[in-house]
Amino acid sequence: MSNVVVVGGGPAGIRAACMLAAHRLRPVLLDEARNVGGQGYRAPSPGLRLDMDALMGGEAAKYHALQAAFASIRDQIEYRPGTLVWAIEGKTLHVATDEGSSTVSFDALILATGAMDRIMPLPGWTLPGVFALGGAQVSLKDQGCFIGRRVAFCGSSPLLNLAALQYRKLGADVVAVCDTTPLGAKVRAAPQLAAAPRTMMRGISYLTSLMRAGTPMLHGVTLLRIEGKSRVEAIIVRDCRGRERRFACDAVALGYGLKPEAQLAELAGAEMRFDATSRLWLPKIDADGRAGRSLYLAGDSVVIGGADAAEASGELAARAVLSDLGIVHARSVARGLRRRVFRLRRFQRALARAFVWPANRVKDLSDDVALCRCENVSVGEIRRAMDQALGPIEVNRVKAITRCGMGRCQGRVCGPALQELVASHAGIPIEAAGRLRVQAPVKPIPLSVARTLAE
Amino acid sequence: MTRLIADVAVLGGGLIGSWTAYFLARRGKRVVLIEKGVVGAQSSGTNFGNLRLQGRFPGQYPLSLRAQDLWERLEDLIGDSCEFDATGHLYCAFDEAERDKIDHYAEVSESYGIRIEHLDRAQLKRRFPWLGRKVIAATYSARDATANPRLVTPAVARVAKSLGVTVVEHCAVREVRKSGDTFHVDTDTDLQVECGHVVNAAGAWALEFAERFGETAPLFPAGPPQFVTEPFPYFITPSVQTVDGSVIARQIPRGNVILAGYPRTAADPILNRAPVPPVKTLAAMECLAEVVPALRSCHVIRVWSGIEGYLPDMLPVIGQSETTPGLIHAFGFCGHGFQIGPGVGLCLSEIIVDGHTETPLSPFAIGRFQQEIEVSDKFKREFDAVRKTP
Repeated sequence: MSNVVVVGGGPAGIRAACMLAAHRLRPVLLDEARNVGGQGYRAPSPGLRLDMDALMGGEAAKYHALQAAFASIRDQIEYRPGTLVWAIEGKTLHVATDEGSSTVSFDALILATGAMDRIMPLPGWTLPGVFALGGAQVSLKDQGCFIGRRVAFCGSSPLLNLAALQYRKLGADVVAVCDTTPLGAKVRAAPQLAAAPRTMMRGISYLTSLMRAGTPMLHGVTLLRIEGKSRVEAIIVRDCRGRERRFACDAVALGYGLKPEAQLAELAGAEMRFDATSRLWLPKIDADGRAGRSLYLAGDSVVIGGADAAEASGELAARAVLSDLGIVHARSVARGLRRRVFRLRRFQRALARAFVWPANRVKDLSDDVALCRCENVSVGEIRRAMDQALGPIEVNRVKAITRCGMGRCQGRVCGPALQELVASHAGIPIEAAGRLRVQAPVKPIPLSVARTLAE
Repeated sequence: MTRLIADVAVLGGGLIGSWTAYFLARRGKRVVLIEKGVVGAQSSGTNFGNLRLQGRFPGQYPLSLRAQDLWERLEDLIGDSCEFDATGHLYCAFDEAERDKIDHYAEVSESYGIRIEHLDRAQLKRRFPWLGRKVIAATYSARDATANPRLVTPAVARVAKSLGVTVVEHCAVREVRKSGDTFHVDTDTDLQVECGHVVNAAGAWALEFAERFGETAPLFPAGPPQFVTEPFPYFITPSVQTVDGSVIARQIPRGNVILAGYPRTAADPILNRAPVPPVKTLAAMECLAEVVPALRSCHVIRVWSGIEGYLPDMLPVIGQSETTPGLIHAFGFCGHGFQIGPGVGLCLSEIIVDGHTETPLSPFAIGRFQQEIEVSDKFKREFDAVRKTP
């Protein structure tokens, strides 16, 4: 029997595993998290009583359906939670767990590794109390913790209002929602967004619920700085009429939409291509998610499509595996999934116009702002390194000279802003500035994982 | 077509080429430094950064000491210390046989005037209490040092440029030929150079230039597995090396521990790839945790390697061509070129300007490969995937 491995226990990974299990392939499901669900449909840690219906709102039914789908295949798959895939070599995955490092071999590999927030730095963004928007949601769903008592939600993302609403429902004080995209841009994107009327209406309902609750909702703001002595005390913004406004708060959730976690795909040999809409480098796939020989990609780890697209693309990738293994499945269903994934991902591209990545902000950043928080490299250090004779104008060389992107996160946080900074400062198109090359380990691993291997 | 008339064309903008260009410019020579990519991006920029005096090939000490003297004056020479740090170097033995080996290395070092301290277990426990019990003895050389390889070569090239060197990046040499006393260097850009001397410092890519002039060496590309940890408080002051080569580690003052180890892995200079097999990373992690047990819980955040040129006797090729007057080779540094880099540059500049150098370079002549050469023990031990050797 063929050995099919799925990496990632979110909606894409679970639906892929379900489809493979239904064809008695007994797939291996590796998940870095302790509980399945990914980021969006994350189940709370055991022992934590959270009202998931209230928290998930209109998405509660999907949350329960996905968790139930997983429960129903639990004994038909080899499920390994708390397992980090840190390297890929040929058809071997190197995995790290609390017990140590080991290997998992595969005949076919489905990567459904999800996405993370895209961040544009601003003065004060490294103060304690500033969290990524997704991090703010994870803290709530996984641990039942707020990132603060008085929280400002800032940036531009469809998740901004959702996260703010979740915090409000559970009793946090949402001091403001500051969206950097002007309302006009959202209105202009509306005709395309109407292609998914339910999703659009859901977005509008988040907005109106927050407004009814009296939360200050600002659009078209410029985030000026986050203030605080030793931690967040306030965020200062310039509103769309040019007035400076200060919101006292003890935490800031910051995000500009999501970026695919494509490191493993790249290590596995996927070809990376520049995508002009998202201004990111994305793995190249066919309509079913094939990215190379025995390599399949699904969900937000390829291109941001949201949870519904993730579920559909997970099943689609699994069906591609079945086809390639010569196993009979309903091809007409695959055709339907293909259309659905295409439509949902196209919708997300329209969303990118309603929630704009502020690429131009990077040139206004003052020299003292930290760009790389792991290595504490400032915007000015990067500009100075580029300005000197024989200075670098490619992101990997900028990294080599300045250390930007060399730290714990390996550029997962600062990478997009670094690309923008290098391109804008060199006066070249962003695709000419290159992208940070990935190397194992894709996430840090302790020396102690090696020890167990030898014992 | 841009035609440049120069005294010297240096092929390869690595550490060797950049220092050679620098010293030639200081002697008033017109130099063109040609690099296919960007300066200092290959093994010059990806190596471990050791400026180690202990345990070198005996015949290399005059060159090595000359180089160390230059490193110690780095800031005066180029206006930037590039994180040069006289950290000292601890050469560690795990058993009596290894102790004999480091004692023998120490004798050689001492015969060249290098001060070596011989430390037994009790002394090690006092001086370096973080060392694991597996280390039974070590020799310590205080003059050994480290520097940041990512910064040095671009910094040297920048100063060379300010001294008048024409530095050309993203330019690959296509053809080198000689007519009369003049070399003609053609590139894949519109640049053409005519010059009286050519320095072949093209690293793992150097062989094609030697072979154009009827010379060869069994050069092959490889690289060591390297990794770096997250930063934590600074306590490992010297660079630490085990004589079996399993651990070569140093902590930088900002806190990260950098490790290089053996065995090295074959690299691909055509695709520009230097793979790091995960199993080697794991093996090196385990070795490091034995030598410095306190590191057990710290995280590895990144691995890398580089494309270095190796030769079976683990000695570089340095010196004049034996077929073509005016052509000078400096390549195949077998993973230990960083320390001697500035010394090599200085010697080559002397060969070109004065016709000779006082520093003995005869062990490194390219002609040695015309006879059967002895394959080094190091070579046998430190590689696992080796291309066919003569």
